[in-house]
Amino acid sequence: MNGAQALLQTLIQHNLTTIFGYPGGAVIPLYDALTGFPEIRHILVRHEQGAAHAAEGWAKATGEVGVCLATSGPGATNLVTGLADAMLDSVPLLAITGNVARPLIGTDAFQEADITGITLPVTKHNYLVRSADELPRVIAEAVRLARSGRPGPVLVDIPKDVQLEAFGGVIPTPHARPIPPAPSEEALETALEALRSARRPVLMLGGGAQDAAAEVTAFARAWRLPTITTLMGLGTLPASDPLWLGMPGMHGSVAANRAITEADLIVGMGLRFDDRVTGKTSRFAPNARIVHVDVDAAEIGKLIRTHVPVRGDAGAAARWLTQRAVPFALPEWEAQLDVWRANTITHDTWSAGYAVREIVSRLNPDDVLSTDVGQHQMLAAQLARFEKPRRWLTSGGLGTMGFGFPAAIGAKLACPESRSVVIAGDGGFQMTAQELATLTKYGIGVKIAVINNSYLGMVRQWQELFHEERYSEVWLGDSNPDFIKLADAYGIPGYRATNEQELGSVMDAWLNSEGPALLEARVPNQHAVYPMVPAGAALEDMIERDPQEAQPRKEETR
Amino acid sequence: MNTDHLISVIVRDEPRVLTRITALFGRRGYNIKSLSVGTTEHPGVSRMTFVVQGDRGIVIQAIRQLEKLHDVIRVIDHSEEKFVDRELVLVKVRVQTSEDRVEVRQIAEDFRARIVDVGRHALVFEVTGDEGKITAFIEQMRNFGILETMRTGRVALTRGSNADIPSHVYSGGPSRALEPLITPEVSAEASL
Ligand SMILES: Cc1ncc(C[n+]2csc(CCOP(=O)(O)OP(=O)(O)O)c2C)c(N)n1
Repeated sequence: MNGAQALLQTLIQHNLTTIFGYPGGAVIPLYDALTGFPEIRHILVRHEQGAAHAAEGWAKATGEVGVCLATSGPGATNLVTGLADAMLDSVPLLAITGNVARPLIGTDAFQEADITGITLPVTKHNYLVRSADELPRVIAEAVRLARSGRPGPVLVDIPKDVQLEAFGGVIPTPHARPIPPAPSEEALETALEALRSARRPVLMLGGGAQDAAAEVTAFARAWRLPTITTLMGLGTLPASDPLWLGMPGMHGSVAANRAITEADLIVGMGLRFDDRVTGKTSRFAPNARIVHVDVDAAEIGKLIRTHVPVRGDAGAAARWLTQRAVPFALPEWEAQLDVWRANTITHDTWSAGYAVREIVSRLNPDDVLSTDVGQHQMLAAQLARFEKPRRWLTSGGLGTMGFGFPAAIGAKLACPESRSVVIAGDGGFQMTAQELATLTKYGIGVKIAVINNSYLGMVRQWQELFHEERYSEVWLGDSNPDFIKLADAYGIPGYRATNEQELGSVMDAWLNSEGPALLEARVPNQHAVYPMVPAGAALEDMIERDPQEAQPRKEETR
Repeated sequence: MNTDHLISVIVRDEPRVLTRITALFGRRGYNIKSLSVGTTEHPGVSRMTFVVQGDRGIVIQAIRQLEKLHDVIRVIDHSEEKFVDRELVLVKVRVQTSEDRVEVRQIAEDFRARIVDVGRHALVFEVTGDEGKITAFIEQMRNFGILETMRTGRVALTRGSNADIPSHVYSGGPSRALEPLITPEVSAEASL
């Protein structure tokens, strides 16, 4: 056995048998070894960024570690965006890169990049493997690290000669799945007291609580706690639950943002109070005591003052608090929340919002919805109704254009029984559109919706609102491809909708077809997403709806 | 309030561990005032001592971020317990006259500073001590003219008979020693 074979054997031991990758000189021994391991399914992408995001999609949809593989130098640097994305969204990822042979390391050899140096700030940890014998141990440790505490990406860089070196050791059994630390009784007692004395309580759930969805939902229901789910936490409380207030933050719901501002208690679980969620931190929840439950001690008190820090597992905390529940009966607070809840935008005319609403309204609870980044993403986050966690894949922390489509590929492979739908903008889709080839190669049935507004819509929105409508370098309409022809070039059926009727008539064919399919919704290009909290403003300074709604803007002709 | 904080970090002796740690400080804009690193009595384990400037909140944040690093076995915040600390400084002092020479030697004796080099117009002193002593020594020498100084950065140990890393951490041999230790207790901190 050589190092490469030992590596693959270790991956099998860990049940990590789907790899998204792209070959090159420094990983040829690994690709060579692949031929002897039919248990491992390698998915050949068309760009390493696609491999990283597909592995993320896999991980986000399942909670298991996603694996991507790239060659040295340019292959490895192409992974960096995906690693940074996984770091900010706490996605467990194992990235394997080849490197030049040990004697060449540090000599600026052909296709050498100091990838462990480059990825230092965007990985939880990384390794440069120095001998074949240590490979299985390093992989086992990397997998455990990727999963433990706040999950994240771990990179293992393997020189080519290490892949070829004889391996004489035994492959160790995988580490036990890390158990998150239980919160201290003392901290929970304090949290309980805070709950008991609250009159305007709000529960906020982030992505870190999604694997404790059952426990936190039971907790919310037992106490009758009005609940907000962050962008990363959508689906953690079923959207059909009457306790749900929507999403907070920059494009959050009126109900969520007003509730935060008026609350006297906020219980945050598995979230990190990102600035897109809090708005101006000094004016975030000005009247509230804050209980913050998180496995990551470094997040507690990092951005906002925390009155009751609870370090540990959200599920365990929720269970403990559920057992001691005293259901709230707060008619005034509930009535107030209902008033805010009623304040929503309807999207009744043909627009990006209309198209997104129609698409998401046709999804089943088991379908996985991915998005790219931009207006369509915020619209989908506002309009989709998730009943379960891990059905919503979006790039939250890094806001990575190009994420959505490859993530949907990863999700489809991870959950073949579920439909995998991606909503992308015409801008972001083109950042990783080459992965259409991956769909074709493996017949992966991802349903792609391109919301084509001929603009880099979200940037255009900011230019409109904050830069006196100087639309600098955001027009795509003069150079976008014909998306239907583009799909066709890869052998993928395409459907176009330019109005309500067309959308209605193609939707079922597009969504229910067997293999991959692309839908282009050509929508008017001047819409903005509301509500919106301007960057740096407080949540209460939210603009609830389009100020120009009274006199609708004319469609631009360019 | 911006004050100096003394922190020791016990780390696995891996390539790039120093970069990881300094990068963590650098990225967050915390300035490291001094840093000393050396091996410990345990093979594969090194110890670093930092002086970081900042308010208490910044230091707590820095400690928690450090504790998350895989290479970090333990972080010791010396403000939590009594400690001894030392720094070694080399000071090159100008001596122009023979009176100067006598006077400088006298001061050095009072500070238990050793002369490690004698030049025609300069003496190099080695001083070891805590920050107060070193500052006082340098102040005294300023009158004669300091040509250059080099400081090692502070090192510190907790007082008393307990080791900063309990020995059981190592008992299983190097592999267990390198397991990231314990889950740091979160103290209540309304002040943050
Ligand atoms: C890789 C990357 N580059 C730039 C940006 C900045 N950015 C955020 S949203 C956006 C516009 C997205 O346009 P489009 O994909 O057409 O989606 P829309 O907003 O129109 O729905 C841009 C350029 C980003 N988030 N990611």
